[in-house]
Amino acid sequence: MEPIITSTLCVGGIGLASAAALAVAEKYLSVKEDPRINKVTEMLPGANCGGCGYAGCADYARKIVNDNVDLTLCAPGGSECAAAIAAFLGRAAGAVEKRVAIVLCCGDDTEAVRRAAYNGITDCAAAQATAGGDKGCTYGCLGYGSCARVCPVDAIAIVNGLAKVDKTRCIACGKCVDVCPRKLIKLVPAAAEIHVLCSSKDKGPAVKKVCGTGCIGCRICTKFADDGAIVMDGFLAVVDYTKRLTNEEVVAKCPGHCIRSDGAGNKETAAAS
Amino acid sequence: MNTIRSPYTFRGGIHPAYNKELAAGAAIRELPMPARLVVPMSQHLGAPAKPVVKVGDTVKSGQLIGEQNGFISAAVHAPAGGKVAAIENTVSASGRACLAVVIETDGSAERQTMPALKAWRGVDRKELAARIGEAGVVGMGGAGFPTRVKLSPPSDKPIDTVILNGAECEPYLTADHRMMIERAGEISVGAEIIRHVLGAKCLRVAIEDNKPDAIAAMEKAFAEMDGDVAVTVLKTSYPQGSEKQQIYSVTGREVPRGGLPMDVGCVVENVSTAYAVWDAVLNGEPLTRRVISVTGDAVSEPSNLLAPCGTLYADLVAACGGIKGKAAKIISGGPMMGFAVGSLDVPTGKTASGLLLLSASRVTAFTSQACISCGRCVDACPMRLAPAELSQFIEADDIEGAEGIALMDCIECGSCAFVCPARRPLVHHMRRGKAAVMAKRAAAKRG
Repeated sequence: MEPIITSTLCVGGIGLASAAALAVAEKYLSVKEDPRINKVTEMLPGANCGGCGYAGCADYARKIVNDNVDLTLCAPGGSECAAAIAAFLGRAAGAVEKRVAIVLCCGDDTEAVRRAAYNGITDCAAAQATAGGDKGCTYGCLGYGSCARVCPVDAIAIVNGLAKVDKTRCIACGKCVDVCPRKLIKLVPAAAEIHVLCSSKDKGPAVKKVCGTGCIGCRICTKFADDGAIVMDGFLAVVDYTKRLTNEEVVAKCPGHCIRSDGAGNKETAAAS
Repeated sequence: MNTIRSPYTFRGGIHPAYNKELAAGAAIRELPMPARLVVPMSQHLGAPAKPVVKVGDTVKSGQLIGEQNGFISAAVHAPAGGKVAAIENTVSASGRACLAVVIETDGSAERQTMPALKAWRGVDRKELAARIGEAGVVGMGGAGFPTRVKLSPPSDKPIDTVILNGAECEPYLTADHRMMIERAGEISVGAEIIRHVLGAKCLRVAIEDNKPDAIAAMEKAFAEMDGDVAVTVLKTSYPQGSEKQQIYSVTGREVPRGGLPMDVGCVVENVSTAYAVWDAVLNGEPLTRRVISVTGDAVSEPSNLLAPCGTLYADLVAACGGIKGKAAKIISGGPMMGFAVGSLDVPTGKTASGLLLLSASRVTAFTSQACISCGRCVDACPMRLAPAELSQFIEADDIEGAEGIALMDCIECGSCAFVCPARRPLVHHMRRGKAAVMAKRAAAKRG
């Protein structure tokens, strides 16, 4: 027989045998998966950020369908996504409050002092482990971009030695919150516009020595803020995000210039960014 | 008593420029008592001591100010009389925040010490170990492991050899070297006490062969001692002073992975620790001061200062004639294992053996490049690790992967980074990786 015919028959035979084996496997060994899981996966945003706490969108969809987990865990999808899935599955959806990450420090390299020259690995945790970091302030942003590197949507940029979050891109997955060695990043309601951008718990004179825009613990803001919307944690003013803070006056009154508004009311920061 | 030239030496290691001549000839000088002392509560390995004084209290020199807080912990005493001005957080040389008692010294000569114990030979071993613990003695070579714990090994781990570590392999530092020359008699008695407490047969004094004067001084001091005593001369090589490497170099025994020196019947104590043991037992003195080398080409008079623990680095530098020219880099400890510090407002502690000030001509900022897989770090690693591979795991944030190839066995000696032709900051990667593993383990413990 011609070699060409032998090989054709061999390959064709193997193909047929395999196809038969697969057909049998399909019939007897197939795992039945709920078809709704695929549908729900398609409804989720597909960012695979892991912000819900599960291993990506498909895993979250599986847990929604099989284990009835909460529909409101997907921050990128928001309320619309939760409502759509709820309608599809015939379940009730709660409202998803849109949140964004914010870096609670505004001491960039112009305002804050660096007490040493750091030339080690470009990583905040590594810098922190070297004599406690090179920043004069032991609470402030080190600016080596560990948060920017873990961000799945490139929402964080390092500007003049300070991490800044782009509110419009942030999907509130919380990866930056976990990676920051100084625990400076918080997830806050996206609707909140006024923030105390300082995390230093030091007393006023100590803060002034290392930063031009730190909270000195003067308490002035607590007098102007809407009822209890700013509270003191020792020598640091902290916004209580469960309350609504709208009084823009606190921004102007802050002698440390660390209370900033990212709403339309504040032209200065709008122009700066 | 005889002198042995050791037939062994550990695998790997490096030969950096030692630069010991800067301060090796400088006799130990006592630092005038500073007006303000910042005494950290964590001058040792383990749990920080718990302050037992309040702000405003008047303390006597030698009084207990921080009590031992757990099994692996050590007591802290006031180096001088004065008033407690504050109890506040300070940043240690390694960058960790820790509680410190700030004392404004008043120059009073009144002392509060334990009674002297001249006839120690008749005293129960446990009692001696307790007394050494009460005096707050810790390992003064660098790690600061409480000596009381080392001197109380479990009964199933008999100790047959005490090694007195006088290698001082770290470049520039000369504190132990000067101690061996100037305090040889006291060190020999301290070593004998340690041997007595452990019931060990052999005593070996390990010194590198680049310190002939220290070898001569130790030979003289130990000449009259009974039993199996010898000065072991080791090959000059870094890190010869590291515990596990030294045990191999002296005895040929290898400490198993994850094990302790007592697993091979050894205990290693630094020569300065032996001096502190002598002081604690024979004079009842707690450990409140130590010799520290202030050296480098950016200090006017490189010196070996006997300084109270809690002296700010700024006071040490001032006592050495100040900074010569401009210091480009300041390192707490030696150049290999020390920590670069960002300010001189850092207090010394029981483990601070050196302060190094280097001028710009001695400091280079390298640009790190990709690993070229040459394997020189593997040859240099005295722990037989593969630093190149470890660092790549850590760079990729694969902490489990790094842990799997023995990341935690790294002793951070810096030999790998020293030989790396691509100038990779290998030790920095290891420290970061080890910190991540420790954080992970702590989180697992919390649940």
